[in-house]
Amino acid sequence: MIRTLAGAAIVAALISAVLGTLAAVAGARLRRTTLVRAAERAVFANFWLMTLANLAMVYALVTHDFSVSYVAQVGSRSTPLFFTIISLWSALEGSILFWGWVLSAYTAAAVWLHRGRLGTLVPYATATMLAVAAFFFILLVGPANPFALVSPAPLDGPGPNPLLQNHILMAIHPPFLYLGYVGMTVPFAFAIGALLSGRLDAEWIRATRRWTVVAWAFLSLAIMLGMWWSYEVLGWGGYWAWDPVENASFMPWLTATAFLHSVMVEERRGMLKVWNLSLIIATFLLTILGTFLTRSGIVSSVHAFSEGPIGMYFLVFIVLVTVFSVALLAGRSSLLGGEGRLDSPVSRETAFLVNNLLLTAFTFTVLLGTLFPLVAEAFRGVKVSVGAPFFNRMTLPLIMGLLFLVGVGPALPWRRTPPGHLRERFLLPLVVALAVLGLSLALGSRDPYALLAFTFGGFALSVNLGEFVFGTRARMRAQGEAAPLALVRLVRSNSRRYGGFTAHIGVLLLAIGVAASSAGRVERQATLRAGESMSIEGYEVRLRNISAWEEPQRFVVAAHVDVLRGGEAIGGLDPRLNFYGGSDQPITTPAVRSRPHEDLYLTLIAFERDGSSATVAAVVEPLVGWIWVGGVIVFLGALLSAVPFERKRVVVGAAAEPLDPEADALETAGAAR
Amino acid sequence: MKTTRAPRIVATLLLGLIIQGIGGAADGAAAPQSAEQQRPGDGEATRGAADAALERRTSEVASGLRCPVCQGVSVEDSPTELARQMRGVVREQLAAGRTPDEVRAFFEDKYGEWILLEPKANGFNLVVYILPWLALLAGLGVIVIVVRRWTRPPPGEAPQPAQPVASSLEP
Amino acid sequence: MMSWKRALSAAAIVLPLLALLAFGLTRNPNVIPSPLPGREAPQFELLTLPLAEGGTPETVDLAALRGNVVVLNFWASWCLACRDEHAPLSRVARAYADEGVQFFGIVYDDSPRNARQWIEAMGGQAYPALLDPHSRTAIDYGLYGVPETFVIGPDGTVRHKIIGPATEQELRAQIDALLLERREIELPAGGEHPVTETI
Repeated sequence: MIRTLAGAAIVAALISAVLGTLAAVAGARLRRTTLVRAAERAVFANFWLMTLANLAMVYALVTHDFSVSYVAQVGSRSTPLFFTIISLWSALEGSILFWGWVLSAYTAAAVWLHRGRLGTLVPYATATMLAVAAFFFILLVGPANPFALVSPAPLDGPGPNPLLQNHILMAIHPPFLYLGYVGMTVPFAFAIGALLSGRLDAEWIRATRRWTVVAWAFLSLAIMLGMWWSYEVLGWGGYWAWDPVENASFMPWLTATAFLHSVMVEERRGMLKVWNLSLIIATFLLTILGTFLTRSGIVSSVHAFSEGPIGMYFLVFIVLVTVFSVALLAGRSSLLGGEGRLDSPVSRETAFLVNNLLLTAFTFTVLLGTLFPLVAEAFRGVKVSVGAPFFNRMTLPLIMGLLFLVGVGPALPWRRTPPGHLRERFLLPLVVALAVLGLSLALGSRDPYALLAFTFGGFALSVNLGEFVFGTRARMRAQGEAAPLALVRLVRSNSRRYGGFTAHIGVLLLAIGVAASSAGRVERQATLRAGESMSIEGYEVRLRNISAWEEPQRFVVAAHVDVLRGGEAIGGLDPRLNFYGGSDQPITTPAVRSRPHEDLYLTLIAFERDGSSATVAAVVEPLVGWIWVGGVIVFLGALLSAVPFERKRVVVGAAAEPLDPEADALETAGAAR
Repeated sequence: MKTTRAPRIVATLLLGLIIQGIGGAADGAAAPQSAEQQRPGDGEATRGAADAALERRTSEVASGLRCPVCQGVSVEDSPTELARQMRGVVREQLAAGRTPDEVRAFFEDKYGEWILLEPKANGFNLVVYILPWLALLAGLGVIVIVVRRWTRPPPGEAPQPAQPVASSLEP
Repeated sequence: MMSWKRALSAAAIVLPLLALLAFGLTRNPNVIPSPLPGREAPQFELLTLPLAEGGTPETVDLAALRGNVVVLNFWASWCLACRDEHAPLSRVARAYADEGVQFFGIVYDDSPRNARQWIEAMGGQAYPALLDPHSRTAIDYGLYGVPETFVIGPDGTVRHKIIGPATEQELRAQIDALLLERREIELPAGGEHPVTETI
């Protein structure tokens, strides 16, 4: 019953996506509003159909309907309800189903907000999004069908991957990742729509930038949550291993970041049109490439989904999208001309050019490193590894360059820099930077990259915070407002600008946290008997005892550890090993004592089965918490810069741009809503 | 997949064993010992400051080795037993006077080039080290050329006076 | 107007990438070839695990076994897949005991007590278990996990590596080939040694 219903919904969504694509293209070419309306209806129908299919899967999971193949694969009667629900995205088929829902929701939102505007651009963009959706629906009908029949139905299933049901962050990291990843489809569709309709004006840029900011905000948060999840679950006290799948989520983030900066140059100066379109297309392709890498089993990774025949489908899709976009970009070059003009090499524009260069080189390095094992195997026939040491060596100089720019860029004015400006703007930040450097040296930091990161970070933080301080002061003087009111009004007066600075501050906190925690990390491991202790960085870690107990879905062994400082008990930590049914490899569950200045991180490595002793690893890492706080600030800043606080300046002329004259009345009614 | 899903019964038996064992031990460990009576943990907990340099070199080498039983994590970072023993081998060999390169070669001999987390910088592998910098240099060249071309005032047009936009108006 | 230059430069970047991905689809990243087969087996001198509490361990020296076919099986009591191969290994060990084929189980990352209990629970093992303190032998053999089984020829070289649970069929095939070879060596000189690896 549920299988038939959901299967029908997916097939209906596929048909409606294909027909909708055709209708939208035909409507745009023939200038027929009725066809465009039909495509819009297909978009909304798809949203409801995918909602239905996803709810059906949740229902099947919750009711333990093991005749549904996906439930038989990831369900288990002993898994708690909460983890049963989120196992919707814990394996390949379910994740594609969820992807389909997120994509249809984005498409519906984009069409709802922009319909009747931007001329034929929106119908073409609609067609693009529907075509992408059709690809995912084909996967759901064919190689990744989550609703296949299992007969006879098993009585119970193995449950979701233990790594994924061991922590609450698995409930929020994947949805945000999809919101970020899938969200990049919208700007891509607008880029294709702009190329097809020939409309590359200011309104197009505004819409595309806003959608990119939204997706970028979610992607930023998702990457940070993924780091946090690694930290809380994987048990080695790290959060970023340059794993292929981490790289896959990072690359589109880099290119989207580049776009968000260079698009400002296009807005102000009408330059870099081709470059910006290329960045959007590359971002979208990198999200699909990332999905391909995770889902095809082409690279080995801790997060990789099980292998399937689906890789070939993705490859064909990547080829189609690439050929289509490149041909379009090349074929429309007459639209994209326009010689650039710069007034001075020392200007905001140049800073953005260098920013784009560094971010693109960064992306290329990560891409090359991620794929190099394949390259080596193809050319040398030898398996090689490309891991953290390589990526750190290659990207740290680029990261330092970017940290430098986050400080210098915002202080450079557009067009040209008047004499004396730099001295005036950089004096205080320079003092702060030197003070931070001195403090770091005094605290014993010797790692050159960490010192550089602290110095540049201190400089950039004071420049970006300074923007808020100076703006607020100016308002207080000019309007006579109190400081808090002046700050709020300042931010609201130009939320885009101050949202950007907020995101900078978040990125800087994150970077400082990463630098401090990786350079200042201290680790110690010891086998302790009950009552024994080891000391690390002024903490005394004393094993009280070990206990074990059974929970419905797992077996837990926990070491109970007292933490002392200066002979005084300051708390208890219980690092655990969780054994999930059907697997002999325990899942480490570290215990963390988190403070703003440092974390104490304990992992239970091993234990004697008679409970006499336990091997415990202790790690002390400074400023780890700053990473999570920074990530949240980036997210909030990006949202701030996407939200239009200023009253939308609806240009009636732009809205009423009828596709066919008879529809004028309808169009105006739509725009007035 | 190496570990097959064994029947649940087997796992339960195994776990039963653990519970039993721990239950028995918890009784015995009731009285906590004072700090003076402690038996030191294993060697890693009691190493002196004199070994600090050796430890640093050990972790340097270990972070360049891929943990064979993990996914992409280094021997230095992995909490697994094998990685711990491999760190022990690294420390031993360094203490015996071998150079870091010789220690790396020892592991490469056992596991193949795969064990090195950073490809050896010779021969074909140089591609992955050189190409990114070449790309960066090329990009820098493009920017220099473009900025020079774009800042050249077009013939017959007077250069504009310096008028930076007031910063509060910038997006 | 078509910009061929732009299209070509984009194709120059994208096409090799796509070819690479297509190539990648034909590969399995989890199969890592071991450099060991074909090379001399790493030497070891290990103590056996006495099955009775307080029994006297014996020393096993691999070098002293030259001329025999030797099968080394790395296992652990916490390894579930090792249970699957326990019966086939013991059966094959018994079947070839008369032909001078030596089987050893090497205990990996486990306490002697757990190992002993496991052997008891499984109803005994047809060959000695060796203790590998600090996993040094495991590292010498480039172990990626358990179970892994190495078949060593009479000439002392590693001839075959089995990753994952060993099956009776595969063990017999490998051992038979080596025994045949040994007989051939005793008569005229044989050709090149076949080196294989199965996963």
